[in-house]
Amino acid sequence: MSWETVIGLEIHAQLATRSKIFSGSSTAYGAEPNTQANLVDLGYPGVLPVLNTDAVRLAVKFGLAIGAQIAPRSVFARKNYFYPDLPKGYQISQYELPIVQAGSLQIRLPDGSLKTVGITRAHLEEDAGKSLHENLQGASGIDLNRAGTPLLEIVSEPDMRSPVEAATYMRTIHQLVRYLGICDGNMQEGSFRCDANVSVRPQGQQELGTRAELKNLNSFRFVEKAIEFEVERQIDLLEAGGEVVQETRLYDADRDETRSMRSKEEANDYRYFPDPDLLPIVLDEAFIAEVREELPELPEAKRARFIADYGLREDDVDILVASRPLADYFEAVAGTVKDDPKLAANWVVGELSGALNRDGVDIDASRVPPHALGELLLRIKDGTVSGKLAKEVFEAMWAGEGGADEIIDSKGLKQITDTGAIEKIVDEVLAANAAQVQQYRDGNQKVLGFFVGQVMKASQGKANPRQVNEILRKKLS
Amino acid sequence: MSLSRQDVEHIAHLARLKVSDDELDEYVDKLSRIIDLVAQLSSVNTDGVTPMAHPLDIGQRLRPDEVTESDQRELYQENAPDVVHGLYRVPKVIE
Repeated sequence: MSWETVIGLEIHAQLATRSKIFSGSSTAYGAEPNTQANLVDLGYPGVLPVLNTDAVRLAVKFGLAIGAQIAPRSVFARKNYFYPDLPKGYQISQYELPIVQAGSLQIRLPDGSLKTVGITRAHLEEDAGKSLHENLQGASGIDLNRAGTPLLEIVSEPDMRSPVEAATYMRTIHQLVRYLGICDGNMQEGSFRCDANVSVRPQGQQELGTRAELKNLNSFRFVEKAIEFEVERQIDLLEAGGEVVQETRLYDADRDETRSMRSKEEANDYRYFPDPDLLPIVLDEAFIAEVREELPELPEAKRARFIADYGLREDDVDILVASRPLADYFEAVAGTVKDDPKLAANWVVGELSGALNRDGVDIDASRVPPHALGELLLRIKDGTVSGKLAKEVFEAMWAGEGGADEIIDSKGLKQITDTGAIEKIVDEVLAANAAQVQQYRDGNQKVLGFFVGQVMKASQGKANPRQVNEILRKKLS
Repeated sequence: MSLSRQDVEHIAHLARLKVSDDELDEYVDKLSRIIDLVAQLSSVNTDGVTPMAHPLDIGQRLRPDEVTESDQRELYQENAPDVVHGLYRVPKVIE
């Protein structure tokens, strides 16, 4: 029998606010335990939550970017469960009336095809604290710095049909939240997390199979691998005459397998009810219009513009628009070079990205700012330096030795364009290689390449290659 | 009785409350009576009435995104029964 895989994802994006969703505590990562947890975060009796404007604003921004309905009135609910890192005994979330409803996102699959994934809802909620278990002699230690950090939980429709589609959707959401500036997307620090609902059904069957929920998928690769494993597990189970049990399963990256979290099963009874401490969020048209004004150019629009306006290749554009800072960098370089966006793209995708990756430097902290790279490219354009030696100039710029002109001067990398000087070198090379000259004149055109190489070598790479070719042809004819 | 012993046991477990067998009988009785009392509301026809989660006809006030709190860990942790390395120490929560 052939099986169809059905996947839906729940993504938790930590919203990029300075303070928590319901208190004035800092959300900065990495502080000493419990130094950023106040009375509200600790769940002390008698305190009340006060909602952070920016958490609402960032959620609305996401909703507008995916063409969703922004609820004019949405309601916070209490999700009740018992766990030591949740001091109140409930998480403030949204249940029946989430702030963002019914949107969709177009994803571009590795084979170039497009697919639209429905987004059921995105709702605001608070994060829980962290439980630590190491070096505590059989006890657990609770750090509540993270408690109350604003999250946007983005719930997709069960629209994905393969692990690759799921990973592509996750990447596309990741790219979008970073473009929007609503989440830093840092997966190591847990700012962007993902759970997957996975089921299989016989090809052609309408009804969905029983699903398992996979937790702990904190990288794009893990999402793909965990789902691959889980699909195989479910198919094996069904083909052996068994049944899939609806349960939560934890992905273990070290062993590349998923396993049941039995303790979670009975607890799935959250007894949601509207939180009496918080009034409904009421949004008027003016607020929504104001947020709409703040929307940046989105990745797909930027991609289309780069292809149309700059005439770049699609694979280069995909690299350039992957992150907004890289796209901005490219546009700044292209703006300096003016009439040669392809040259700018080649250098940003090639030398610059290579240096950034090699040294683990972020584009925002590039050691060669865009206008400096633009000036180097102008020196290639006006013939001051050859494309080949420009790479040497770039490395020196990267090492902090100065600007393009300065380095070309100090290192003597200026291209030789003086015809007389080049002719002199050509003459010397021809005189020293009489045998090859004869071969060329006997009709072996390939020897020309040999001569070009010799002349370039004799000029230490500085002779203008185009002129070298011209002069050689003239002298050999 | 609108609640069974299993219902009450289940709720007690979710809240991590330990309830003895004797107490259980009492809770089944008392909680059932509360639920039955509230259930009388179900006899009212509410067709076309918007559910009201809150009694006030206004929206949530918002506060600006500013950090207004300073570190008061020492003060707050005076109330905790057990603290280690700045962490609240609790019985182990994973198997």
